[in-house]
Amino acid sequence: MSRAVEKRPEAEAAPAAQILSVNNIEVVYDHVILVLKGVSLEVPPGGIVALLGANGAGKTTTLKAISNLLHSERGEVTKGSIVFDGAAVHGLPPNELVRRGCIQVMEGRQCFGHLTVEENLLTGAFTRRDGKAAIRDDLERVYAYFPKLKERRNSLAGYTSGGEQQMTAVGRALMSRPKMILLDEPSMGLAPQIVEEIFEIVHALNEKEKVSFLLAEQNTNMALRYARYGYILENGRVVLDGDAQHLRENEDVKEFYLGMGESGRRSFRDVKHYKRRKRWLA
Amino acid sequence: MDLLYKIFLDPFVQMGSAPDLLLQTLWEGLVGGVLYALIALGFVLIFKASGVFNFAQGIMVVFAALTLVGLFALLTRVGVSNAHLAAFAALGLTVVVMLGLAIAVEKLVLRPLVNQPDIILFMATFGLTYVLIGLGELIFGGEPKVMITNELFLPRGAWDLEIFGGFVTFQHIDIAAAIIASLMVAGLAVFFSKTRIGRALRAVADSHKAALSVGISLEQIWVIVWFASGLVALVTGIMWAARSDVSFALQIIALRALPVLILGGFTSIPGAIVGGLIIGVGEKLGEFYWGPLLGGGIESWLAYFIALVFLLFRPQGLFGEKIIERV
Repeated sequence: MSRAVEKRPEAEAAPAAQILSVNNIEVVYDHVILVLKGVSLEVPPGGIVALLGANGAGKTTTLKAISNLLHSERGEVTKGSIVFDGAAVHGLPPNELVRRGCIQVMEGRQCFGHLTVEENLLTGAFTRRDGKAAIRDDLERVYAYFPKLKERRNSLAGYTSGGEQQMTAVGRALMSRPKMILLDEPSMGLAPQIVEEIFEIVHALNEKEKVSFLLAEQNTNMALRYARYGYILENGRVVLDGDAQHLRENEDVKEFYLGMGESGRRSFRDVKHYKRRKRWLA
Repeated sequence: MDLLYKIFLDPFVQMGSAPDLLLQTLWEGLVGGVLYALIALGFVLIFKASGVFNFAQGIMVVFAALTLVGLFALLTRVGVSNAHLAAFAALGLTVVVMLGLAIAVEKLVLRPLVNQPDIILFMATFGLTYVLIGLGELIFGGEPKVMITNELFLPRGAWDLEIFGGFVTFQHIDIAAAIIASLMVAGLAVFFSKTRIGRALRAVADSHKAALSVGISLEQIWVIVWFASGLVALVTGIMWAARSDVSFALQIIALRALPVLILGGFTSIPGAIVGGLIIGVGEKLGEFYWGPLLGGGIESWLAYFIALVFLLFRPQGLFGEKIIERV
């Protein structure tokens, strides 16, 4: 941690009160490549928490460690623990996590291109055992949040626009009745207006359906507007965390992640620590 | 000039002058095509869901047929006197054996090799082929056996119908094969498009990672497709062996299915069927009308030649997965 903004407000609360807590995990790919070097984070029930950082900082790996999609990419969590909804979930297969209410929406949408939009949504209900009627109801609920998808329900998902695919991916996750969605880079490759729309829906889902979100984003500005708390990852470590508002006002974050710092830094010594981060902001 | 006449005109003149012969050739081609289509179907099921080209599909056909005949012999020996009862009990048990095989393949072959390159999985199915050959010979012996067609109520005999002034022969077993194959394909089509598991199968075929992320268990899906393809193998084995006998030589029919797959596309069930029919009919027509020109025997390579042409001009096959590209 370089400069903690302030003490985490949740830090004093009992750990069981969090819907998700990740404690000091290390992730290794292919038995040799150390990608996460001790990441800890917490998501309160009904919260939206942002995970920020540059390319390759470890955001996606953190999400995959939680959902255990890592396993299929030859990665594994070698240290630390992950507690979801009061139970240790480290090492459980992804379908078991989905059943328990933790689902990941992967980066780049990853819809099933050769299935229709509606079929895509229905695959999200694969782990459910509560009958067709309940799934039908939920389908209508998803269409209420995403009216565009209802119009396109019978088109192949591969032929829909990027925004519609992102909506399909979020809607599909919603069909599993999640307590928590791990949302990876929802703004990727989308027009600002569509990004705004997606984030508004995330906000609405959080408010009305009480779904918690852990949101990995490069679009720091957008993420900090909707999240209540944020963690900044750099090189596989959390370097900064705090309330979204505090992060927005933090000088370093402004300078390096929001691109609106005061010009004229005092000396190179202050800058060089962040030099690498600055490069991708340019 | 004479050669051109023989290639482009003479065969059609013959077709026109003896339509009964043409009809007979077409029918035999279609029947052969149905069997090719069945084998190709087994390949397509597994390829779609796991991206594995299952070299063992041919031996699975033999293994299923052997198990059926072997279990029947066993049941009659232990005193099941009613032959029909014994045959259908053997059929049911064979289905169970194929399920066991699917589970074993998933546990012992696919799961340890998950995330390995396709070629390694392909090699593993080679290994599986030889394991099944060894196992089959060990348990049932290597000598050819007679398929229990009568006991399974499969019809024998033929209809000789007088059409176009000649006689055309329709073997009952061929008609039964065509009907059973159509029913099976229709069943699979409904299963794929309407059921929850079918949808999940198509989702897995589309993207393994996305399927994992929504909570579809790949292990479960693999067992299901290997089982489905085992059932297809069983039906193929019964139908094919009913026309000859049950022997290990049957496994080369797997290689006959290759051109069918190339023609129809590796990922398409309708492709497997249409491809099978085209290859079947093409082979028979080619052999009968153009064969004498080249000294006969073109049946054995014509299919591969057609496949080669397809590889040059339409490598995804007639019905291969449409490659969706958005700009």
